[in-house]
Amino acid sequence: MAIIPALPRRYHNASIWALYALGLCPAAWYFYLAATGGLGFNPVKEFEHLLGIWALRFIIATLMITPLRDLAGINWLRYRRALGLIAFYYVLMHFTVYALLDLRLDLGAVGGDIARRPYITIGFACLLMLIPLAVTSNNWSIRKLATAWNRLHKLIYLIAIGGAIHYVLAVKSVTLVPFAHIALIALLLAYRPLRRPIMNWKRGNRPTTKIAQSKI
Amino acid sequence: APLAAVPSAYKPDEKLTPREAVTTYNNFYEFGVNKEDPSQNAGDFKPAPWSVKVEGMVGKPREFGLEELVKMPLEDRTYRMRCVEGWSMVIPWIGFPLSTILDQVEPLGSARYVSFETVVRPEEMPGQKGFFQPLPWPYIEGLRLDEARHPLTILAIGLYGETLPNQNGAPIRLVVPWKYGFKSIKSIVRISLVEQQPQTTWKNANAREYGFYSNVNPSVDHPRWSQATEQRIGEGGLFGTARRPTLPFNGYADQVASLYAGLDLKANY
Repeated sequence: MAIIPALPRRYHNASIWALYALGLCPAAWYFYLAATGGLGFNPVKEFEHLLGIWALRFIIATLMITPLRDLAGINWLRYRRALGLIAFYYVLMHFTVYALLDLRLDLGAVGGDIARRPYITIGFACLLMLIPLAVTSNNWSIRKLATAWNRLHKLIYLIAIGGAIHYVLAVKSVTLVPFAHIALIALLLAYRPLRRPIMNWKRGNRPTTKIAQSKI
Repeated sequence: APLAAVPSAYKPDEKLTPREAVTTYNNFYEFGVNKEDPSQNAGDFKPAPWSVKVEGMVGKPREFGLEELVKMPLEDRTYRMRCVEGWSMVIPWIGFPLSTILDQVEPLGSARYVSFETVVRPEEMPGQKGFFQPLPWPYIEGLRLDEARHPLTILAIGLYGETLPNQNGAPIRLVVPWKYGFKSIKSIVRISLVEQQPQTTWKNANAREYGFYSNVNPSVDHPRWSQATEQRIGEGGLFGTARRPTLPFNGYADQVASLYAGLDLKANY
């Protein structure tokens, strides 16, 4: 069923660490470019925007794990924690660059922006909502919280919606690149309520199940 | 091409923004929405031959050819340029007062505003074709007639001693230094004198964020960001200088504040 050959189990841990390293490459690369004049004449803004876009991309990646497994039979569940945490690191870096390099730690200006400007309010709320998810991303929390963990981590849907709104409101006009990101988020969120019927239908079509049902 | 002009008194005591920054960090959506798009995508644009129609409520409507425009009394005018997005530059323009050509067409007494229009050439301007075009074309802008006649308001045909690069609005553009940059419309093909306040592109796109006047004003925030400070392009890099305070009318208050006596600048942003 899987399109991609399965990775032998003994490489699973290494591949997760590789994902962390790979995932942080864009940030490292853009930091290098920004610091050496490779990001144009307004490197702070450019760096800030790139970190935000990559945060959104990793949120999109975490949302893709479930449909990939359901629809394509690719089980990358083991990578979801890393993708989510990388997304959190990007959001954190995005906010840090904005507060530290863009507004030069003028906390009054940061607070004013958060209070008065809806897209920054939403962006900041997303950062806050990501914190409990990051804190409870360890195995111990998963065991301890049990079903509450599942409920808590549904917050990612709200964060994805907030991230998309933050992005749309931040650009002057919605062109192809913002549209593509937002459309992907919309699609991935729209899949969630459809998941049960789709999976039921898939199971219902499996010959073994059909035989089982016909016996009833 | 090199362009000669006479020095003028309009020369702030500030460091010029490097030519490379002025010609590669641009907002010119006709060539794409990213800052580097205009310098990368404007190569096919043909700024010559060119002519500008000046018409509407005037005694002598006429068309000015490019060859005529380059013979206008050209001056070096170094102005601060403040973008509505919160960044700024100091640019050595070459141009002549807009009033020079307004005088030649003899505006009628009933004319109160001036409207401007940018060229539409999808085959030469990639931002004007395809899906997801950011704005409706042509780009249009406008000024009150007294603003248009103000000695600071120029039509620029060059910068840094040369004719305008395509990405900066070749062959002829408006420069109104006390207003946010988007008022300074580029690649102009039509100037009309009209009675009613003209439509303007960004106001039509989002009236809450972009007003007709759009005078640089640190005490009136853009709904999405503060206008109190600005980032001077080309200064500092990633860890460099702090943002500088934005000045009322972009530092030209002495010359232009009187134009707005009695006008509520918070309501008329």
